[in-house]
Amino acid sequence: MNKSLKNITSQRLFLPIFCLALVLLINLFTRPDFFSIEIRDGVLYGFLIDIINRASELVILAVGMTLVVSASAGTDISVGAIMAVSAAVCCNILTGGERAATAYANPLILGFIAALVVGALIGCFNGFLVAKLEIQPMVATLIMFTAGRGIAQLITDGQITYVRVDSYKILGSSFPGFPVPAPFIISIIVVLLTLLLLKKTALGMYIQAVGINKKASSLTGIKSVLIIFLAYAFCGLCSGLSGLIASSRIYSADANNIGLNMELDAILAVAIGGNSLGGGKFSIAGSVIGAYTIQALTTTLYAMHVSSDQIPVYKAIVVVIIVTLQSSGFARWRKALAQKKESNTAEKGAA
Amino acid sequence: MKRKVLSALLIAAMTVATVGCGGGGQQAADAPAETEAPAEDAAAGDDAEAPAENTEADAEAPADSTAASGDLITVGYAQVGAESDWRTANTESFKSTFTEENGYKLIFDDAQQKQENQIKAIRSFIQQEVDYIVVAPVVETGWETVLEEAKEAGIPVILSDRMMDVSDDTLYEAWVGGNFVKEGETCGDWLAKYLEEQGRGEEEINMVTIQGTIGASAQVGRTEGMANKLAEHSNWKMLEMQSGEFTQAKGQEVMESFLKSYDDIDVVICENDNEAFGAIDAIKAAGKTCGPDGDIIVVSFDSVKAAFESMIAGDLNATFECNPLHGPRVAEIIQKLEAGETVDKIQYVDEAYFDTSMDLESILAERAY
Repeated sequence: MNKSLKNITSQRLFLPIFCLALVLLINLFTRPDFFSIEIRDGVLYGFLIDIINRASELVILAVGMTLVVSASAGTDISVGAIMAVSAAVCCNILTGGERAATAYANPLILGFIAALVVGALIGCFNGFLVAKLEIQPMVATLIMFTAGRGIAQLITDGQITYVRVDSYKILGSSFPGFPVPAPFIISIIVVLLTLLLLKKTALGMYIQAVGINKKASSLTGIKSVLIIFLAYAFCGLCSGLSGLIASSRIYSADANNIGLNMELDAILAVAIGGNSLGGGKFSIAGSVIGAYTIQALTTTLYAMHVSSDQIPVYKAIVVVIIVTLQSSGFARWRKALAQKKESNTAEKGAA
Repeated sequence: MKRKVLSALLIAAMTVATVGCGGGGQQAADAPAETEAPAEDAAAGDDAEAPAENTEADAEAPADSTAASGDLITVGYAQVGAESDWRTANTESFKSTFTEENGYKLIFDDAQQKQENQIKAIRSFIQQEVDYIVVAPVVETGWETVLEEAKEAGIPVILSDRMMDVSDDTLYEAWVGGNFVKEGETCGDWLAKYLEEQGRGEEEINMVTIQGTIGASAQVGRTEGMANKLAEHSNWKMLEMQSGEFTQAKGQEVMESFLKSYDDIDVVICENDNEAFGAIDAIKAAGKTCGPDGDIIVVSFDSVKAAFESMIAGDLNATFECNPLHGPRVAEIIQKLEAGETVDKIQYVDEAYFDTSMDLESILAERAY
C-alpha cells in the first residue's frame, strides 16, 4: 500500500496533476455546481468547459515555450506580441485593409496561412538571433516583445480591425454541429502532433541533449544550432496559431490587447508543469497541465466571486504554494523529515 | 580646439534662448485681443450640437488671431497613442483645432502607450521652448519631476483626458476631460427611465457590472456614478462586479462566469463598449437574448462606432458617450491664459448618450469617431 503510494508520488507528473486537482477541489466546497456540464444550444456548457476552452491559447503557447526552454535554457518573451502580429496580419488580409468588414476581401484560408507564416517567420528571426548569433534568449526575444505590438499597430493603423463574418468566429467558438469548443480541439491536436513528432522521431531526444549540454551534443554530431533555431521557429508558429484563436474569439485584431501578458503565463505554465527553466529534460504534458491549472485558477476565482482588485493577490498566493511544493529545496526538506521519522520509529522499535 | 567649438556652441545656444524668451513675452502681451470669440462659442455649445459649434469656432478664430499677431502660439501635445477610434478622434480634434490658420503651431508626439516616451516628449517640448504643453497622461502617477521642469521653464501645462496624481496641483493649469461620475449617473437615470417605460419600475432588477481596468479613472468614476444611482433605487440589486479590463475577450470571459452564477440577470453594465461586445457574445452563446427585444438589457460607455452598429443590430440597448473632442476646449483655455485670465482647474466636455429609440443610422453616418 505504502509502496504503491510512493510509486504514484514519485511519478514525474504527480505534482503538476496534484496542484491542478487541488485548485479544482476548492470548488467542490465552495461551488458544488462547478462540475456540472450540460448541453445548451448544441454546445457543452459549464465552468469546466470554460476552463478547457479558455486555456487553449495558453496550452498551445506552453507547448512551444517548453521546447524553447528545453533547447536553449531561456524563454521566448515575444509570444504575446507574435499573437498580436499574426492576428493583425490575418484580419488585415481578410478585410482587405479596411478597419471593419462584413465579407471577406480574400479567402479565409489565405488569412490563416499568412498568420501562421508570419508567426513562424518571427520565430525564425528569434531563432536566428539566439542560435546563430548566440544572443541571450531573453534579450533576443525582447526585440520582438517591444517591436511586435508596434508592428501590429502599424498593420492595423493602430485601430481594432473587425472581421464580422460568421465563419471567422468558428475557430474561437465551436464547429457547427459539434458540441466541444473548437479552441480545445485545436489545442489538443497541436499537443498530440507535437508529442508524435517528438516521440516518433529523435527530435525530442536531440532537444533534451542540446539543452543539457550544447557543446557535447555538437561533438556527438547533433546540429545544436539547427535544433535551437527550430525550437524558436516552432514556438513562433504556435504563437501565430494562438493569435488566430484569440482573434477569432473577438472576431477582430486588437493590437494592444491580444496576447497581453501571455508570455508570462506561458512561462509560468512551463514552470508549474515541473519543467526546469534551466533547460534539458522536459515534459510537454506537464506544461499543458500547468496551462490548465492557470486557467482553472482564474475561472475558480471568478466562480468564487472574488472581487477584481483582489484576484492578483490570490493568484500570487496559489502560484507561490505550487512553485514551493515543486521546488528541490522543499523536496530535500521533505526527505529529511521522512528520514527523521524513519529513524525515530526504528529507535522506538529497538527500545 | 574642441573646447573652443563647445563654447561657441554654448554661446549660440544662449543667444537663441534669450531671443526665444523675449519672443514669448511679446506674444503674451499681444494676445488679449484674440480671446473673446472662441471662448463664447464653445461655451454656448450643448450636447448634441457640440461638434458643429466647435467647427464654427474654428472658422472664426483665424481672422482674430492673424489680425492680432503674426506670431504663432506653439503647443506641444503629448498624446497617449492611437489605440482606438476614440483616441484617433481625440488626436484629430487637436490637429484640426491647433492649425496655423488658427494661429497655432502644433508639435504632436505619439507616446505609444509608454510613460517614458511622454516624459521624453515633455522634456523635448521644454527644450524647444513651446508656449504651452498639453499632455494626455498614460498613467496617473510619476509626473512630479517633469512637471517641475516645465514649471521652472515657465511653460503652462494642460492635461487632457486622464488626470495626473501630483501632490501640488499648481503644477498644471487645467484638466480637460469627460466627467466619468456623471456618465455613470446618466446611465443610472437612463436605466430608471427605460425600466419605468417598460412597466418594470417597481420590479426587482438584478444587475451585474463588467468593470474596466481597476484603478483607471474611467472605471472608478463610472462605478461611483452608478453606485450613486443604485442607492436611490431600493429595488435595484447589484449582484456582482468584476473587471473585464476594458477588452472584448475578458468581457466575454467574465460574462460567461456571471451567466453560470446567476440565472436571472436583468441588466449588464459594461464600463466600455468593447466589454459589451464580448458580453453580448457570451449571452448569445448561453442561449439567452439581449438588447431591446431580449431578456437582458446591455448598456455600455464610450459610444464608439461599433457600438452604434451593435445597437442597430438590436444587441445593445444604450451607450453613454465619452466625448473625445477636447481640442476646442483646450484652445479656449489657452486663449484665456494668453489674456492673463484665470481658468477653472477642472473642465468637463459636454457628453451625450444614445439608445435604440434614436435614428442611429443617421447619427452614425455623421459621427467622426
